[in-house]
Amino acid sequence: MNGDMSGGAGLHHVGDGGMTRRAGLQPGHAYMRYHPKWYRRRMSVWWWLQKGSYAQFVLRELTSVAVAFFAFIFLWQVWALGQGPQAYAHVVARLGTPLAVVLSVVGFVLVLYHTVTWFNLAPAAMVVRVSGRRVPGWMVAAANYAAWVLLSAVVAWFFLGANQ
Amino acid sequence: MNERLTPFLWLLFSAGGTVAALLFPVHVFLVALAFPLGALPAPSYEALHGLVQHPLVRIYIFVLISLPLFHWAHRFRYTLYDGLQLYHLTNLIAVLCYGAALAGTAATAYVLLTLTR
Amino acid sequence: MASTITLAVTRYRPEEEAEPTVETYTVPFRKDWVVLDALNHIKDHQDGTLSYRWSCRMGVCGSCGMMVNGSPKLTCAAFLSDYAPGPVRVEPLQFFPIVRDLIVDIGEFLHKLKKVKPWIVRAEEQPLSEGEYLQTPDEVDAYKAFSMCINCMLCYSACPIVGLESHFTGPAAIALAQRYNLDSRDQGASGRVEILSDHEGMWGCTFVGDCSRVCPKNVDPAAAIQQYKLTTAVDTLKSWLLPRGSR
Repeated sequence: MNGDMSGGAGLHHVGDGGMTRRAGLQPGHAYMRYHPKWYRRRMSVWWWLQKGSYAQFVLRELTSVAVAFFAFIFLWQVWALGQGPQAYAHVVARLGTPLAVVLSVVGFVLVLYHTVTWFNLAPAAMVVRVSGRRVPGWMVAAANYAAWVLLSAVVAWFFLGANQ
Repeated sequence: MNERLTPFLWLLFSAGGTVAALLFPVHVFLVALAFPLGALPAPSYEALHGLVQHPLVRIYIFVLISLPLFHWAHRFRYTLYDGLQLYHLTNLIAVLCYGAALAGTAATAYVLLTLTR
Repeated sequence: MASTITLAVTRYRPEEEAEPTVETYTVPFRKDWVVLDALNHIKDHQDGTLSYRWSCRMGVCGSCGMMVNGSPKLTCAAFLSDYAPGPVRVEPLQFFPIVRDLIVDIGEFLHKLKKVKPWIVRAEEQPLSEGEYLQTPDEVDAYKAFSMCINCMLCYSACPIVGLESHFTGPAAIALAQRYNLDSRDQGASGRVEILSDHEGMWGCTFVGDCSRVCPKNVDPAAAIQQYKLTTAVDTLKSWLLPRGSR
């Protein structure tokens, strides 16, 4: 790692007058008897790639970009509804182009990742008590998943039944 | 950044995260994938236009778009300055992120209020 | 089974090195040995200058925490056989300033710990004649899990925010604050919120969750901090919306 330093002149004893000026020591890196120099490592800008759990965390946070992207798509579509049938047909056509489909597939996977991580972490933050007893975390998560299935069905019913 | 606002922004983030987790998968699947690709019969323009006439549907759309935008603002803000170590730009990043969410919220409100035809 | 195993141990001798270096040692490989046993073997038989902290050898004192193959571990509970065939990388706890070899400076941590007032705060102490403060089993359960912390600082070495912002109060201290907030005998919650309601306190946490994964006592500091945020946020909202009297 730092061969020139560790291979130094083997001065182990403290109080050697010349040692602060030894080659390779940074200016100010003086060892004093009662005030040793602490060594602090700097964090890499790539810290979030150095550990699997850090990478998963950053991926989880970046799902929010997909969320914002789709919020914008929904707004665009609602705006087109107000502009008339041609504008709306144009939006639907644009959403069917290859680039839009690729973005939507990637975004959909990220949104699902958000949903799963959100529901799995929710029990940690939410302490639910029923008659004084804490409800176990898996039951809180299960309730979230149940609400997800139910609400998804209701939304799908509105969309798919809109033509009738 | 004003520390007194932080709890409120965190609540918006949490509410938005919950809305996105519960509702975005089905909306994205239908609106951005199944309908444009023709995998499922898409609702007609008239049907959707009729649907958004109902005030409750408009409130629903407002919540569906606005809260997740604040969710994004909060997460993106922290990821930007922790991930890239931009601590000297903390205030600028916060203003840009929450500002974008506010602008998106205002645009959504405007579109929904003027949607009449 | 191999009869020896190699350890790559971080050395830092501030009187002769500007930066830490790595030294490798080969020790007997025994399946009942933990990393701490290997370090003690090195110190006793190979190199008496190796410096590290340890005491109880049984996961109670919390002083032998080090990075083992990149993860914060109590070395008294990290079996060599789990890292076979080696080499096993042994480093000082990351995100702490290194004093010497495997020893880190815990001064900042102790300061943060004290800052959150981790003791029972009373507006008025009840006189001794009235006896002790009584608690029901449910009241004990409310904080018990968060009270198991042994201050081993593994959670600080797991938390990237600690590494990024050295002023961040950190997992163990914030969890300990919440432990006292949840104690029915304590009345110091409002004082602690003022100390922890900023980006050096609870709002600096982004719920990476690694602190809870590495905790040898299953304290779950990440949960404690998120619960703390939720109560603080709801209380703040109430203080804005409700008239003063009804809070």
